Amino acid sequence: MIEAGKPIFVQIAEQIENDIIDGVIEEETSVPSTNEFAAFHRINPATAGKGVNRLVEDGILYKKRGIGMFVATGARQRLVGARTEQFRANFVGPLLAEAVKLGLTAEQVASMINAESVTDRMASNS
Amino acid sequence: MNLTDPAVRVTGLTKKFGAFTAINDVSFTVETNKIYGLLGRNGAGKTTLMQLLTGQQFATSGTLEVFGASPLENARVLQSLCFIKETQKYPDSFRPAHVFASAPWFFANWDADFAGRLAEDFRLPLNRPIKKLSRGQLSAVGVIVGLASRAPLTFFDEPYLGLDAVARQIFYDRLLEDYAEHPRTIILSTHLIDEVSNLLEHVLVIDEGRILIDQDADELRGTASTVVGKKTDVDAFVAGRDIIFRDGIGALASVTVTGLGEAERATARAAGLEISPVSLQQLIVQRTTSQPSERDADRRAPGQRGRTGAGNGHSAEGRGDTPADQTESKTDAWSAHS
Repeated sequence: MIEAGKPIFVQIAEQIENDIIDGVIEEETSVPSTNEFAAFHRINPATAGKGVNRLVEDGILYKKRGIGMFVATGARQRLVGARTEQFRANFVGPLLAEAVKLGLTAEQVASMINAESVTDRMASNS
Repeated sequence: MNLTDPAVRVTGLTKKFGAFTAINDVSFTVETNKIYGLLGRNGAGKTTLMQLLTGQQFATSGTLEVFGASPLENARVLQSLCFIKETQKYPDSFRPAHVFASAPWFFANWDADFAGRLAEDFRLPLNRPIKKLSRGQLSAVGVIVGLASRAPLTFFDEPYLGLDAVARQIFYDRLLEDYAEHPRTIILSTHLIDEVSNLLEHVLVIDEGRILIDQDADELRGTASTVVGKKTDVDAFVAGRDIIFRDGIGALASVTVTGLGEAERATARAAGLEISPVSLQQLIVQRTTSQPSERDADRRAPGQRGRTGAGNGHSAEGRGDTPADQTESKTDAWSAHS
């Protein structure tokens, strides 16, 4: 769960983001408290709090006084938008770089993607 | 003394044992209500430092404040401290039940119920004579005192010699739970860096009597990366960077550097280099396995045999007296590393 070499608060923030994108945590519902995150992941509560606060700063979560942290309306859509940008940078870019290195044409890359029956997977996903 | 002052403020602190300098002109601050890791190799000065902070040693020079006042002969400061050490001695006739019964005399915040629950968690026989306890059970007594005392500043100096993996995990879990409910300042000194790294908010690494790292644990975690690949490619990439550690075999090189941004990682990957993260433990091992340097020379007593490099603990000869942190039997990350 928690991996070495990457700030833990970033990992906590990403895990909450993933739960929101996957619909595990719905908008306008509460997320676990900092201490619950800390106990579950066996991490320092201050570090867990930093991860949560980062999402508050991004407007993904908001605080209800005395109750806890809630997922903002529209949070999922904004996260999906941001992740799509990251997808392009982190996956499509390197994919093409490697393809160029191997001398593959755009058609070959496209047919490889199709061969992975990605259309089926994507169709069943929506 | 004031509990709102920094838990510890140390300026230019030096401690010499005869000709040996155990703590060498050290300055740092410990903020309240954080969990600190005090890490370093055997003989680095960790225990000496904690003895100074708890008023059990006199500093040779420099200033030292605990909650804004000197701990020396200062009852108000000492009442707010709890120091759990590896080699705690108890009166001969004592049983764990006696230890816990007398604890409230020393610790104003002592929680007897919590101590009782911990004793059950650790399966500690309360009425067995301390002398008859196993090494792990003896460590459990110390750990329970450290947790249930809820002292505003608690030191755990390698508290778990002999504790099995289950008991250590119980210790970490209870520490986190109780800390969340009752925030306080905790300084945890240990060799098991991998086990505790996620618990720490701040890391102090001491090496050869000096503070080598004084940094937020999470910031530190992302600072270093290891670059692996063809030696020529790696060398070209790391040129001009802050190199912490270098290793290699044949035409293959593995170099740990600091301060790689996301873009630089991508550049390296595009160049066919492999980038891997560095755990806190690896980072600290690499930062403290350097060969004895020039600055080490003034730390040795004249005529004392020089140290012979990593993994070879230095001898205590030539010192006026001996700091306690010399137990070479400790299982530590460094011996596992080689």
